[in-house]
Amino acid sequence: MSAAAAQVGALASRSITRTARQPASAIPPLLFPVALMFVNAAGLDASTRLPGFPTDSFLAFALAVPFIQGALFSTMNAGTDLARDIQTGFLNRLSLTSMRGWALIAGQVAGIVVLGVVQAIFYVVVGLVAGVDFAAGLPGILLLLVFAALVSLGFGALGVFLALRTGSGEAIQGLFPLLFVFLFLSSMNAPRHLMEIEWFHAVATLNPVSYLIEAVRSLIIIGWDGQALALGFGLTLAISAVSLALASWALTERLTRT
Amino acid sequence: MRLLPVAEGVAWRVLKNVFSNPSILVPSLAFPLFFFTAFAGGLSQVRKVPGFDFEPGYTAFQFCFVLVQAAAFGGVFTGFGIARDFESGFARRLLLAAPNRTGIVLGYALAAAVRWVVTATILTVVALAVGMNVFGGPFDVFGLYLLALLVNVAGILWASGVAMRLRTMQAGPVMQMPVFLTLFFAPVYVPLELLSGWIEALATVNPLTYVLEAARGMLAGEEVHVLLAFGAALGLIAAFGFWALRGLRSAEAAG
Repeated sequence: MSAAAAQVGALASRSITRTARQPASAIPPLLFPVALMFVNAAGLDASTRLPGFPTDSFLAFALAVPFIQGALFSTMNAGTDLARDIQTGFLNRLSLTSMRGWALIAGQVAGIVVLGVVQAIFYVVVGLVAGVDFAAGLPGILLLLVFAALVSLGFGALGVFLALRTGSGEAIQGLFPLLFVFLFLSSMNAPRHLMEIEWFHAVATLNPVSYLIEAVRSLIIIGWDGQALALGFGLTLAISAVSLALASWALTERLTRT
Repeated sequence: MRLLPVAEGVAWRVLKNVFSNPSILVPSLAFPLFFFTAFAGGLSQVRKVPGFDFEPGYTAFQFCFVLVQAAAFGGVFTGFGIARDFESGFARRLLLAAPNRTGIVLGYALAAAVRWVVTATILTVVALAVGMNVFGGPFDVFGLYLLALLVNVAGILWASGVAMRLRTMQAGPVMQMPVFLTLFFAPVYVPLELLSGWIEALATVNPLTYVLEAARGMLAGEEVHVLLAFGAALGLIAAFGFWALRGLRSAEAAG
């Protein structure tokens, strides 16, 4: 194994172990999105009777949301963990070793991606147990896991960037409501074509989270929708590229300062 | 005796802290507005669901939920302050100094009520600005706000009972989650008649369902479960009042 791969592996393993050892970090990203999904699905089930609603099961419609909500939690986890490393001086000590800068980002993000895939498998199982029929079948579920990994990569790198810039776990936690704003002002609870309030429709259309949710949703309730998948994957790749570039830049800045 | 001066002092301190600290004030003002925007804006088409019958419209329908939610969470947010006071040691000094310790609970409750009045005022102004219909008369509207205020009092009594027993900020989820779940196990998005399955069963036995239906009824000018709702709210206040006072005794015993 090359030195770089060993560094990435060690940091990824540390990232996963650290999250797995803390129930307060590992359990909420699994359970809270599912609980919110069931409550919303039960409360909004009547809206499937609206003409033009794309499915007769609100649970199937809502199942896409935990995948993205879980990824938003990844941002918080990645950011908070790295911020703690900065606050405790671990990053400073690490910078004195031969570790490469990009290996730190890759290791941190790899850990988040693995957790993101575990979360996604959990949501798929919950959906199947609850009776949701995945329209795209097994290949669709596999693609969904790939998508979940990419989304975790993008949001995880964003968390790393924020941690490197702020260096404060509290500041990262303070951003949590902002992430929720993105989620709630999206097509999370209603298809965009049924939104009546024009400004809300416009905001949901401009909100990238809508397209991430719609890509997942298409695999669950439609089957293979090329446009939804292209938009979802395209945006996720763009978010990942930008987030990784920002994280790289922030790491250089942080190491220069220390 | 000396109940009111203690309550006044505690309330004044809490309010001074809240209104001079944006990191405490802003979330409690922003969250209700955010929920109102997300629900009333993003789900307005739900009013077209067959069987949905609420004449003032979906904005008014959601306004009542958010008003009650803000009332309950206004209490919970003030409970966080009590926990913080215990962590910092201030509450212990307060227990030593106060000639009437029941006044401490009353003071926190007064502060929570004032916080809610500010939040409710802003929420109402925003709702009216976006065209919310109010079909109820002045007496109905007064009843709506009074009912929400009672929920606020129940919320702070619940949270203060938890805070005084656990005396740590880590008690936040214990204060918050039961309130969050109770609120969302009520008819949040559609009337009770349109719910089905497990959520209908839970909503039927949830006292906040009747508070919410009465609040919506008063805004629409149609009295629905009003006595039941006020009875439920007063019942919650009595139960959580006992809970809070027992919590105070627990804090006293802990020294």
